[in-house]
Amino acid sequence: MSRTAYLLLLAVFLAPAVIIYSTFSIYPLLATIFNSFYDRQDDGTSLFVGLSNFTTLLSDPTWSAPFWNAFRNNCLFFLIHMCVQNPIGLVLAALLSLPRLNLRATYRTLIFMPTMLSVVVIGFSWQLILSPLWGVAKMFLSFFGLGFLFGPWLGEESTALLTISLISVWQFVGIPMILIYTALLAIPDELIDAATVDGLNQFQAFIWVKLPLILPTLGLVSVLTFVNNFNAFDLIYAMKGALAGPNFSADIMGTLFYRVFFGNQLQLGDTSMGSAIATMMFLIILTGVMIYLFVIQRRMHRYSF
Amino acid sequence: MRKPASAIAVHAILGLYTVLALFPIVLVVMNSFKAKRAIFNTPLQPPMPWNFDPIGYAKVFGDSAITSYYLNSLVVTTGTIFMTLLFGAMAAWALTEYKFRWNTLLALYLSIGIMVPIRLGSVAIIQLVSDLNMINTLSALVLVYTAQSLPLSIFILSEFIAQIPKDLREAGRCDGLTEFHIFFYIVLPLIRPAMATVAVFTMIPVWNDLWFPLLLAPTNGKQTITLGVQQFLGQYITDWNAVLAALSTAIIPVLILYVIFSRQLIRGLTSGAVK
Repeated sequence: MSRTAYLLLLAVFLAPAVIIYSTFSIYPLLATIFNSFYDRQDDGTSLFVGLSNFTTLLSDPTWSAPFWNAFRNNCLFFLIHMCVQNPIGLVLAALLSLPRLNLRATYRTLIFMPTMLSVVVIGFSWQLILSPLWGVAKMFLSFFGLGFLFGPWLGEESTALLTISLISVWQFVGIPMILIYTALLAIPDELIDAATVDGLNQFQAFIWVKLPLILPTLGLVSVLTFVNNFNAFDLIYAMKGALAGPNFSADIMGTLFYRVFFGNQLQLGDTSMGSAIATMMFLIILTGVMIYLFVIQRRMHRYSF
Repeated sequence: MRKPASAIAVHAILGLYTVLALFPIVLVVMNSFKAKRAIFNTPLQPPMPWNFDPIGYAKVFGDSAITSYYLNSLVVTTGTIFMTLLFGAMAAWALTEYKFRWNTLLALYLSIGIMVPIRLGSVAIIQLVSDLNMINTLSALVLVYTAQSLPLSIFILSEFIAQIPKDLREAGRCDGLTEFHIFFYIVLPLIRPAMATVAVFTMIPVWNDLWFPLLLAPTNGKQTITLGVQQFLGQYITDWNAVLAALSTAIIPVLILYVIFSRQLIRGLTSGAVK
């Protein structure tokens, strides 16, 4: 094959993917970052303003208060996922991977089911269930003698974010479960047999043999949780609208970005500031991914069997 | 497990969690078939002849364009799957089979999208789509979703293409087949299982997405089912029959597909995960 023909061949195979991906993914990403250094004037032209959008965002109280509020809430949202979703996922995966377990596939399929459904549908369903109007949640708690605990969780500033986070945990627990389950299945039986011969029971074998071996997967699960959480929007928008109320108590980066960019009852849409917030989200996510790639992943030993 | 007591404990935990995972879904679907009084008075009772009432469904399919929203979602999802699979497989093949100078760099460039969500570029995506006069079109959604799905699918398909024995392609070349024939008649059929996995992976986030339909095609009957249901819920917030029916119409098709494809999906997740 001549060199020209070879290059032509490469171009034909690669061009469609590279063009679509560059146009609709990389270019918008770069253009958004670029936009964040400009200020859109009333006559439609843009003025280069350097980092001033960012200084406004981080220091002008009308911008910085909502920004830090959203950032703090987003960190909490992430922490709740790390402390509740991933441990539950780990326990479920550990139980599912036990040898000679009946109904394994059935449990796995059913527990993964909520993960498949649209966040909008899940959010609304839970809103109905938790609604004092329907009273199903209260009825359910009363059955266990816990009826007094029930409150308008979604409507109160102190509990709205926690409630929404737990609903998100409930929906997405399937992802850490499946990823960890796979990693556990990849561990050869001989290792566990050797451990049991040495006198360890199933629980000890899990803690001392399996857990260290799946650390790379736990790292991956953490970074995936991080990226997804700092990119979240749908659930809070579906349950609380763009204002993420009451009093912005459930506002996270995604909803703040949407509100600033599109405008809402309280303010007009602002392209430049919207881009600045998106760029901040990009930097946050990038930091998380970098920490994972260069700090966590580097230090981990990978075992191949 | 040797000891029956611990086996019972394990089944108790898994069983309880399964109930917790299914309860909200079952509750919504069950009550969507019931009369209003029964929804409020006996929410935990399954639909029975005496409390059965499909009024909610009559409203959903009568008052709104739900059927055409389904069609929109179907068009967008199938279009995205088709483009992602074809272009993704072509790129994966070129990257794994041919050696050229920018190979590694290009592979790296294409994998940025695995970690960085395309949503962050939304401001510019809207400008781009409106410059192209494609606001409120399904094609805009297909293009954006294809761009979003390509990185992961190229990554997964490359892994599979690399496993195809070299002899097979060389045999094709000896028989005088062109590179295109080798790709379409030898490689594509061999990676069919991987393509099924990628199709499922692509389908779920696209079908369920709210963000891009909200930004790019929010009106004019171009809504996808997820956005359509969301808007319908906003209007009928106090009509519980209609709300429950609308939620169920969004849940049921996904559940049916899930039951059919769950094996494929789990297998896909379990093979791509350890990498």
